[in-house]
Amino acid sequence: MAIWACWLVTVLALVQCWNILNENTIWDFVYDAPAQAGDLIGRMFPPRWSVLPSLWQPLWDTVNMATLGTLLGVVIGVPVAFLAARNTTPSVLLARPLALTAIVSSRSINALIWALLLVTVLGPGVLAGIIAIGLRSIGFVGKLLYEAIEEVDTKQVEAIEATGASGPQRLIYAIVPQIMPAFAGIAVYRWDINIRESAVLGLVGAGGIGLQLNASVSRLAWPEVTVIFAAILVTVFLSEWVSAQVRKRII
Amino acid sequence: MLTISGLTKRYGSKNAVGDLALTNVDLTVPKGQLMALIGPSGAGKSTLIRCVNRLVEPTEGRIALDGVAVTGTGATALRRARRRMGMIFQEYALIERLTVMENVLSGRLGYVSFFAAWARRFPRADVAEAFRLLDRVGMRGMEDKRADELSGGQRQRVGICRALIQNPALLLVDEPTASLDPKTSRQIMRLLVELCAERNLAAIVNIHDVALAQMFVPRIVGLRAGRVVFDGPPEGLTPETLTAIYGEEDWTATIRALEDDDG
Repeated sequence: MAIWACWLVTVLALVQCWNILNENTIWDFVYDAPAQAGDLIGRMFPPRWSVLPSLWQPLWDTVNMATLGTLLGVVIGVPVAFLAARNTTPSVLLARPLALTAIVSSRSINALIWALLLVTVLGPGVLAGIIAIGLRSIGFVGKLLYEAIEEVDTKQVEAIEATGASGPQRLIYAIVPQIMPAFAGIAVYRWDINIRESAVLGLVGAGGIGLQLNASVSRLAWPEVTVIFAAILVTVFLSEWVSAQVRKRII
Repeated sequence: MLTISGLTKRYGSKNAVGDLALTNVDLTVPKGQLMALIGPSGAGKSTLIRCVNRLVEPTEGRIALDGVAVTGTGATALRRARRRMGMIFQEYALIERLTVMENVLSGRLGYVSFFAAWARRFPRADVAEAFRLLDRVGMRGMEDKRADELSGGQRQRVGICRALIQNPALLLVDEPTASLDPKTSRQIMRLLVELCAERNLAAIVNIHDVALAQMFVPRIVGLRAGRVVFDGPPEGLTPETLTAIYGEEDWTATIRALEDDDG
């Protein structure tokens, strides 16, 4: 009996959802979507390869934005991770909650939103992009690294403690060697993600290839958009390859 | 000389009587004496040696090494006291991703600054001593290998070097052979006995293997449920005393094995 009641509620909810969806959709637009898509693709070809030379600079900006942003995120994220990890934090009551709050607030805001805010504050350009990427990376690096720190083998730490080593010595001699592989993996993986994110940041004015993309879309220059898409695709491929190589070497 | 008096360790809350790991333990280990600590799992052997260098904080009691108090001191004094006690672990507890040399030199951390440790710039004399010790335990030419490339016996030799380079007065040895095969176990025990004799070192050795303890160690202390129930030479281990330590069991085979080895 209870099962039938559940089914009834589910079906009613489904019907209600469909109604809301129906009200908010203009079906005429949906019906001719295939035709529209075909038309758009038609206008994107043939690609206008002549714009390619003017893309190198913004592409380079994008890669630099990702790299410097990752660096910023690592420089701030690593100390935050040590403050957040239960076994290395100087104070469970003060430092740890603060560090965790920093990590959560960094993670809960997308780089695009950070960039939107920062472009308003700093004006458009690469600097806003770098800081946006950096702020988003702090949480990522901080969270994954502090989990790695909490999972270190306590026997090794105990052995170093037993020699009469001080707290900071324990940190660099017993804990750092254990988390190095995790750290290298996290940093390179985040760099890889940041390349993709920084390609988008230009859409809100934070410099790089995204700015170019935005300009071409607003001018309805679809053959240029095709070239930009291709350039982004190749860059992401290259960054994946580089990060895979680095990870293979270090770990 | 190590003196332990009235040592009690209670895990958990102050009122929980059931969590007593050690009850009023009194022990004296003179300079140069090798002492084996035997007893069933959970008898408090590991807790006892961890209380000596305060990896586990004692609840009550006093511990002193060569007249210098280990208990009731601040962090700096504790680190000074720990420098005089080398510790050797069952699972070796080497830093797996560091080299043999770095692992041995970590025994000097109590004597060098943070930056020296960070840059791995240890005094020349320490490095020379590390080479000497590695040579002594039969690990010549292995100093640049990473710890995770070594076999169990080799790792324990590195662990012994790390403890000895501290220039300790006392070794705390926690199940040194429990992860090793019988042959390597005997080699490691023999090495420990020799090194203690060479350096006139006192040692407390936690050990599961009664026959091995009888073979190598002149004094045996039996622990049961956190209390000392036997303290004497290996010849004193009769079926009755083993029953007192471990509980009822047929002990004749264990003792006969020892007599066979002697003959």
